[in-house]
Amino acid sequence: MFVAQSSPFLKPELSVSKMMLVVLLALIPGIITSVWVFGFGVLVNIVLAITFSLLFEAVMLYLRKRPVKVYLRDNSAFLTAVLLALALPPLAPWWLTLVGSFFAIVIAKQLYGGLGYNPFNPAMAAYAILLVSFPAEMTTLWTAPVMLGGHESLSLLQTLNYQLFNQLPEALTLDAVSYATPLDVVRTSVINGLASISEIRSTGHTFGMFGGIGTEWVNLAFLAGGLFLLKKGIIQWYIPVSMLATLGFFSLLFGSFELDSNPSPLFHLFSGATMLGAFFIATDPVTAATTPKGRIIYGAGIGLLIYIIRTWGGYPDAIAFSVLIMNMCVPLLDYYTRPRVYGHNVDEEQP
Amino acid sequence: MSISTHIQRLWSFPGGLKLDGRKQLSNEGPIESAEIPHLLEIPLSQHIGHPAEAVVKVGDTIKKGQLIGHAQGAVSAPVHASSSGTVTAIEERLVPHPSGLPALCVIIETDGYDRWDSCTPLISMDDPQHKNLHALSAEQITDKVAEAGIVGLGGALYPSAAKLETARKKATDTLIINAAECEPYITCDDALMRNRPEEIILGILLIKKIVGARYCLIGIEDNKPEAFKALSDAITGYERAIHEHCEQTIEIIQVPTRYPAGGEKQLIQVLTGKEVPTQGLPMDIGIICHNITTAATVYQAVYRGEPLVSRIVTITGGAIKKPQNMEVAIGTSIREILDQAGWDKSRVDKIIMGGPMMGFALPSIDVPVTKATNCILVSEPGELATPPPAMPCIRCSRCADSCPMSLLPQQMYWYAKARDLEKIQDYNIFDCIECGCCSYVCPSNIPLVQYFRYAKNEIWDDERERNKANLARERHEFRQERLEKMKKAREEAARLRKEKLAKKKAEEKQKAAGGDGEKLPASSHADLIQEAIARSKAKKAQQQAQKRNTENLTEAQQKQVDEAERRRKKR
Repeated sequence: MFVAQSSPFLKPELSVSKMMLVVLLALIPGIITSVWVFGFGVLVNIVLAITFSLLFEAVMLYLRKRPVKVYLRDNSAFLTAVLLALALPPLAPWWLTLVGSFFAIVIAKQLYGGLGYNPFNPAMAAYAILLVSFPAEMTTLWTAPVMLGGHESLSLLQTLNYQLFNQLPEALTLDAVSYATPLDVVRTSVINGLASISEIRSTGHTFGMFGGIGTEWVNLAFLAGGLFLLKKGIIQWYIPVSMLATLGFFSLLFGSFELDSNPSPLFHLFSGATMLGAFFIATDPVTAATTPKGRIIYGAGIGLLIYIIRTWGGYPDAIAFSVLIMNMCVPLLDYYTRPRVYGHNVDEEQP
Repeated sequence: MSISTHIQRLWSFPGGLKLDGRKQLSNEGPIESAEIPHLLEIPLSQHIGHPAEAVVKVGDTIKKGQLIGHAQGAVSAPVHASSSGTVTAIEERLVPHPSGLPALCVIIETDGYDRWDSCTPLISMDDPQHKNLHALSAEQITDKVAEAGIVGLGGALYPSAAKLETARKKATDTLIINAAECEPYITCDDALMRNRPEEIILGILLIKKIVGARYCLIGIEDNKPEAFKALSDAITGYERAIHEHCEQTIEIIQVPTRYPAGGEKQLIQVLTGKEVPTQGLPMDIGIICHNITTAATVYQAVYRGEPLVSRIVTITGGAIKKPQNMEVAIGTSIREILDQAGWDKSRVDKIIMGGPMMGFALPSIDVPVTKATNCILVSEPGELATPPPAMPCIRCSRCADSCPMSLLPQQMYWYAKARDLEKIQDYNIFDCIECGCCSYVCPSNIPLVQYFRYAKNEIWDDERERNKANLARERHEFRQERLEKMKKAREEAARLRKEKLAKKKAEEKQKAAGGDGEKLPASSHADLIQEAIARSKAKKAQQQAQKRNTENLTEAQQKQVDEAERRRKKR
């Protein structure tokens, strides 16, 4: 009856575990759309990543002498796994997912001290390492979207057979089922002066109705999930809004000079992993800035870097690198953007 | 007669929480009077500042309202008997305080008559025009407030007279009456406003008269429409009196229900848009804030001559059979009022004094109701949180987003954990009002407020240690200086002696060199010897005169000594 507990005593409305679960819930529309557009490989990636990640998490928690069950239930490894899986190409071989999961959970998360102590977004750190280490696998294994009739020829079993045993049905070649992602096409053709936007558009293989072919729908679904998170109060508007606004602003700015060599803002916003990045990756609380102003600058920084890397950099998409670079700036941002505390420097602010 | 208002808009404060108020549990019924208990335990310290000093003795017969503890010093408040009876003890008893430490209490065995000591009101009740209010001076009212032992009943417990006195001396422009009552469950202010609005308005007029404020605003959360109406009606009812005594009417303003709207700083911000400077007082920006219950007790002291001997307490929670508001004599045991309200002992989970956001779990229910006791919350299992073990901070900054002071709790937590006291002050920990918003929203269940209380205490401890060390250092340096001085003085004396001696010798030498070889006269030699003998004799005599401890022994002692001697000889 007389427990030593200090106020407040009201039941908390949220737990870490529930927070992560709501984020996972918000990913569902995006996942379903991804499967529709890119095929069963997406699902296989998710299942494999979850299995590997939870395993690594459990082993690491045990080695670090932490209560395994309690920490597994926080769902953070679960979420990291799904985010990593969604970033991988749909035909990624199993070992790619294994290496990615290992890097995300063991190196980027647990070796830094586990949940809450990692300076870098684990899923993005793993993605960056995979992209640098296995550039071919990471860029060429994207199944052509359903609009191009790409993956329909691959059943779940055939997909599994390829991802686990590297075997395609005899009648098919990899080229027949895969495609170059819209961002990749734009980067290699337009920027190298091989083709203009209108030329690419005429092929019908790259541009969809408003964004990248296929990816526009996936982005739209992630946007819907993100708005759900905003409404639920799980994330705040600062980071996604500032990130998308900055990306939109710069693509509009440069796009209005040379229309035929710069893709439109809509293309930038609705292709690649833009929406996934804005609502689910950049908003990772552990690695993002925490003050209101800091979060706005953090999001804007990511948006700007995405534009720079997509336009002038060496990689087709840039979410991972942009997020990681801004992760490094977080301590500085947090320190220099502290809000004015009540009652401090009031003279100039009093009405 | 026009009611002119000067509040045109409301401001807001950052952060804050929408909480389930659960006020309907207890705010409907009338204010019940608790029975006078058999025993009263009245703590001598129920306020900020020096404890009162007992002025009664064990065995004294006393009446209700009689002074039992005298205020000590400028910041202190007297304590009065809350019923008639006999003082049976003045001793340390357990009191309702988070520390769980006992404090000095006057124990009164009541006689059941509840007889009042003679009360001397300043204004007679049959003065419908409130003309006598004119005749009263601010000093008179302040003195009465001091005499009645009134303290800030909103929870601060600061002696009201001292606060009013300071406000009167400073140019205080606005009087804000805090009727927000933002903590969930608590409805004692609500009940008071619904049931005794006239007392509140007259009390406010008295306070206004003391501080000489031009504006008077009552801030009330918009979840108390009945209380708002009752007060509004009372203001209309007293419109003439108000108009005669004030240039402006008393404005009652509904503020949005959002915890902690009743925090002094937040209410000031919402009503005026101004911020109290850090480490400053509302008076620094021309504002004084008083709780609505305090206003009612000022009325009681001035119009009825009654000191503060009872207060309204909300008894609520899932394990209380009939949640209600009770007027309880100060010193009544919490167990007695729980028994009177009826509680299901088998379903009790937690017993909290105050609200669920800022209150504390009682160490025992055998503690008295004090001037600070606004609510006793007895929860049933599942009603309040039993927090699971804390998880790591995921830096989600929900705490920062909810902080009404715009602090960064997640950073402060980091430094509190690392015991980096300098850094945590850099993050303005002393602006934390401990409202509990950050702890409540934390998805990792980190008891943030507890960390901040700990850090504040550590800093205060360090400061005390530093002061102590400084004092010791000063003392040491002083001593060193003194020793140095003494040494110098000794050296100086020795030098002088040497010089004298050298001079003398030189003179003697000179004389010897003079050839006479004159010896000291024999008589003087003999004299010196005689003197020495006399001195040694005197010393001996003195030593003998001093009693030895073996003299004048009692028989028993002598026996012991003899035995000891015998034992010694046997060896």
